[in-house]
Amino acid sequence: MAEEWPERKPRFCTISGLPVARVYRPHDLEGFSYVGHLGDPGEYPFTRGIHPTMYRGRLWTMRQFAGFGTAEQSNARYRYLLEQGQTGLSVAFHLPTIMGYDSDHPRAEGEVGRLGVAVDSLADMEILFAGIPLDRVTTSMTINAPAAILLAMYLVVAEKQGASWDRISGTIQNDILKEYIAQKSWIFPPEPSLRIISDIFAFCSECVPRWNTISISGYHIREAGATAVQELAFTLADGITYVQAGIEAGLDVDSFAPRLSFFFNCHNDFFEEIAKFRAARRMWARIMRETFRARNPRSWWLRFHTQTAGCSLTAQQPECNIVRTAFQALAAVLGGTQSLHTNSMDEAWALPSEDAVRIALRTQQIIAEETGVCSTVDPLGGSYYVEHLTNLMEQHAQEYLTTIERMGGMVAAIKAGYPQREIAEAAYQFQRRVERGEYVIVGVNRYRIEEEIRIPLLKVDPEVEKQQIERLRSVRRTRDGREVVRCLRALERAARGSANLMYPILDCVRAYATVGEMVDVLRQVFGEYHEEVIY
Amino acid sequence: MIPDDGYGGMGVSTIRVLIAKPGLDGHDRGAKVVARALRDAGMEVIYTGLHQTPEQIAEAAIQEDVAVVGLSILSGAHNTLVPKVIQLVKAKGGEDVLFLVGGIIPEEDVDFLKSCGVAEVFGPGTPTEHIVEYIRQRVGQRPQPGRGSPGGGP
Repeated sequence: MAEEWPERKPRFCTISGLPVARVYRPHDLEGFSYVGHLGDPGEYPFTRGIHPTMYRGRLWTMRQFAGFGTAEQSNARYRYLLEQGQTGLSVAFHLPTIMGYDSDHPRAEGEVGRLGVAVDSLADMEILFAGIPLDRVTTSMTINAPAAILLAMYLVVAEKQGASWDRISGTIQNDILKEYIAQKSWIFPPEPSLRIISDIFAFCSECVPRWNTISISGYHIREAGATAVQELAFTLADGITYVQAGIEAGLDVDSFAPRLSFFFNCHNDFFEEIAKFRAARRMWARIMRETFRARNPRSWWLRFHTQTAGCSLTAQQPECNIVRTAFQALAAVLGGTQSLHTNSMDEAWALPSEDAVRIALRTQQIIAEETGVCSTVDPLGGSYYVEHLTNLMEQHAQEYLTTIERMGGMVAAIKAGYPQREIAEAAYQFQRRVERGEYVIVGVNRYRIEEEIRIPLLKVDPEVEKQQIERLRSVRRTRDGREVVRCLRALERAARGSANLMYPILDCVRAYATVGEMVDVLRQVFGEYHEEVIY
Repeated sequence: MIPDDGYGGMGVSTIRVLIAKPGLDGHDRGAKVVARALRDAGMEVIYTGLHQTPEQIAEAAIQEDVAVVGLSILSGAHNTLVPKVIQLVKAKGGEDVLFLVGGIIPEEDVDFLKSCGVAEVFGPGTPTEHIVEYIRQRVGQRPQPGRGSPGGGP
């Protein structure tokens, strides 16, 4: 047989290295039970989707991650995206905001408005959402260590617009564990960080009931070089830690678990990604129901946002990225995502231009409107290969979860450098596979051309830094300085005690205290995290 | 005292390289992969870790007496941070240090960075072998077959 029908290579495997057989048959699904493994869409364990109708009822939210320069420039981009048919907002903040520095801090030099929008105080946030009614759009904010502060700013803007807090919805990323593991935008050590997160859970369950209080993120773990299995396992392990933190803070699991959301990467390997999403839903449902004894079915749902894989984009022949992204987006939809960001073709060079982001959005619209894949739920359910791969993802991820549990949980594992080391190793091994030509990247290690890059790139004007610093200084001049000091002292007292931090933060925000000022107070109380370097 | 031989006083056998992450950028996948590839190629690699100021990087470059400084930036702050690092290293006596940059760098910024003293910019998709070869050629080092990575695992 082998000689009569030779194959192209001795071994086939997924991009993550899982073996792939020539063909899958019923015996590859031994012990498979429709009810036990799948269930109908909308039924436990939700492998086929969390809703009975999925995209027949409502399409996923098309949510392009955007932000650059000043609040005015980003506001214009949000309005453009909404005009083009985008259905939700997603804010990228610049690095100084993410790291808790004001734009005039020496460490912010050169970074202002570069990787996202500059937000120093409520004044910037008011401009950022000017003319966008916050009770009619949902907004996702990629913010972690200072998430409580940016959430407070959003709530105060809503308040000023007359939008009541029980009607607004959106998401803060607020996932500090994956920062230590992968994205590396941390400020405080794990314990006080988890306290802030529990405070947010408690505050939102009371005051902002439709807010997604956390977006437990595998995206960055994958971008840092993890395999699909590692992405799945480490994300669920982080999720388990947050649920434990909420319970230890005295919250009833069903009071906050329905507002937990997830965020995954969608990479090149089409079926592996679909299997990953399906396995994630099934595993989370079991963890919530069986381990944490949640009773509200909404606590069992794994709702997730997807972003196509930034690390799969090539600087070479960048137009090919449109095609890559389209396949990844299709996999996310077939995997049952609740919202989706499609990367733009130019992102191996710069932040996306308006033209590039429009094509990326159109890619989602083409999948939704033209391909017909949204007409039925989980069309790949029952495929021998997809079900086998879903089982395999679950089995391997479960092995990681067991290892992490034996280490004493994810915080202990992070302190021991375990997930960091696993990811660094996977990243290096993947690079070796690419350099040996075992994994082909079109335009990079095969099908190369001599080329000049002609796509127009977005440029952030260096003047933005000066303008932003001027605005920040004018805010500091015109606000009531004594009120700011009073609010910051109250924040410090709350941080030293055990009161919920959201309330003093809201007062600071209303007084136009800056991100840097608030974070400085918390830094003083909580200290800063330092990582051991592993490579 | 061992005379400065351009290889960090380690004798001609080893090229010393500092891999650094300036600024607030946390994307360290590339920096770590390159650090390990250079180490596996027999170089002595010091990785600064994240969130380094130009002053900290210059200090480390001089302290560690490196022949090469590789700066990895994916935050768009390269035009501000890279010239600063170069200036500081040179001011502290690192006249002959070879500066390399990796990360997300638009082509039109490459010329500017080169005019500031960067020898080469390695963008996404660069095989690590190219970087190894480039450093060996520029620093004048022969390949070191048989030398594994010090300290074993990752």
